[in-house]
Amino acid sequence: MNTHANVPRRYSTDALPQSSAALRSAAAAIWNPINGLLEWFGELGMFIWQVMRSTFRRPFEGRELIRQLDEVGSKSLPMVAMAGAAIGAVLALESRHSLIQFGAKSLLPAAVVFSIIHETGPVITALVVCGRVGAGIGAELGSMKVTEQIDAIEASGVNAYKLLAFTRIVACILMMPLLTLAADFCGIITGWIANTLAEPIAFHKFIHAGFAGTGFSDFLAPTFRTMVFGLIIGVIACFQGMRSQGGTEGVGRSATSAVVLSSLFVMLADVILVKLILVFFP
Amino acid sequence: MMPPSQAPAVKPPETKRGEKFGTPISVKQIGAKPANAGQTNTGPAMVVQGLHKSYGEQKVLNGLNLKVGSGQTVAVLGRSGTGKSVLLRLVIGLQKPDAGTIHIQGQEITNASLEELNEIRKKMGFLFQHAALYDSLTVAENVAFPLRRHTEMTAAQRSERVKELLASVGMEADLQKMPSDISGGMQKRVGLARALALEPSILLLDEPTAGLDPITSGEIDELILKLQEEREVASIVVTHDLHSAKVIADRILLLHEGNAVIEGTYEELEKSQDEFVTEFFKRDS
Repeated sequence: MNTHANVPRRYSTDALPQSSAALRSAAAAIWNPINGLLEWFGELGMFIWQVMRSTFRRPFEGRELIRQLDEVGSKSLPMVAMAGAAIGAVLALESRHSLIQFGAKSLLPAAVVFSIIHETGPVITALVVCGRVGAGIGAELGSMKVTEQIDAIEASGVNAYKLLAFTRIVACILMMPLLTLAADFCGIITGWIANTLAEPIAFHKFIHAGFAGTGFSDFLAPTFRTMVFGLIIGVIACFQGMRSQGGTEGVGRSATSAVVLSSLFVMLADVILVKLILVFFP
Repeated sequence: MMPPSQAPAVKPPETKRGEKFGTPISVKQIGAKPANAGQTNTGPAMVVQGLHKSYGEQKVLNGLNLKVGSGQTVAVLGRSGTGKSVLLRLVIGLQKPDAGTIHIQGQEITNASLEELNEIRKKMGFLFQHAALYDSLTVAENVAFPLRRHTEMTAAQRSERVKELLASVGMEADLQKMPSDISGGMQKRVGLARALALEPSILLLDEPTAGLDPITSGEIDELILKLQEEREVASIVVTHDLHSAKVIADRILLLHEGNAVIEGTYEELEKSQDEFVTEFFKRDS
């Protein structure tokens, strides 16, 4: 017996499967990215937990740490120094014109020094390290993952989180303030050179005028906030690398996402940290 | 079809030995304590019970049981994608099973902490299907890696041990080469030397003779037999090489659809009337 015989067609449940399928696919389109995001954060949390658990256990991987300090620090130095130098020169050239218009040309050294130490030095250093070190770590660990080298480390009874992730994260944390100092130094030097080319000023006078209104806390907090940037770069790059899958294409994805995500989180952290610094070091 | 539980008592098969290969691997290690030293182990080296593993909808292992005693070698055969490599990864704890237990020398590992697992792994040697050599280290450094991590050998002792291990797989001339500079077969032999570095009491070998020429395959088989006899090493060998399985294995386990179709000696499997088994052995004959 046909139970739908007297039901008008537009109320018939025959149409339901199609509409419910469309509903399901619409729900999936909304839910899947959210689910993916939650899954990513969940895996990141577990990764951080594994690294933290390994932190205080022997061996402390001193040899690998030194290698990574060299890899992150000294090998990034030329690029960071050049970026800092370029920013210093550009700042001096750009600010000079504006300050002349307002009759505040004498504030130029202070403007250059202040902006380099407070913002441009740390952020430019972080972004350069994101690009160079983040991509390097993402690709290296990604490649090790897809060729089962990380499995081989684990199979030989060695904690891969400690050997590979912990050492790279600590190297990023320790090297970031030093690299920032290098970028700051180069930026101030080129700022002075750019200024001197337009209107000669003695270096000691430039430095004296630049640091006149700057206290130690002005210098300390922004420099040490780069340790947080280092933490972010190290964690994100190692995490993206160690979860890599899908052959060489997967390695490429890991390297790219390591750079993109670490840059994104560095900029986000910068906003939060600047606010915190202004609260605690007004 | 013969279910695994009804498989006859294991008896090591008569094997033809090839020529003596390489230098013998000494049990008396120079300055280092073998990972399994001081242990009296009377029970089976590995016991796998009711092992289940799925990836999404795909069931890879479906209640697999396996027992390997000290000094025994079990060859695991089966079509590609039947979970042979997954079994090895589960046994060494690289992946967790969905259900079932794995006992290594009496210790349950499926719920072990990472630290406990790492202690157990020091007693095990694992040869990966594609060798998985560390590509930033030389051949010698690859083999020295576990020694540097887990022994207190001096650099000179380590170097001597590395030479000894590489000589045992016929790779003593390539100490300073990078993995990318040697062939796949050579990489596999270096991977085997690395797996043997800590004198493991358990060996898990994923296709040890795949991609090797017949002579080298024979030499690897000989090495496995030597380890079995001299050091009572328990091994699971995943292979597609029926000849190798015949030579090295005390028992052969044939996997199909996540479970053991049959378990027994090569001769028993060869005589089996089971359609899948005969199909499998037909090609070799």
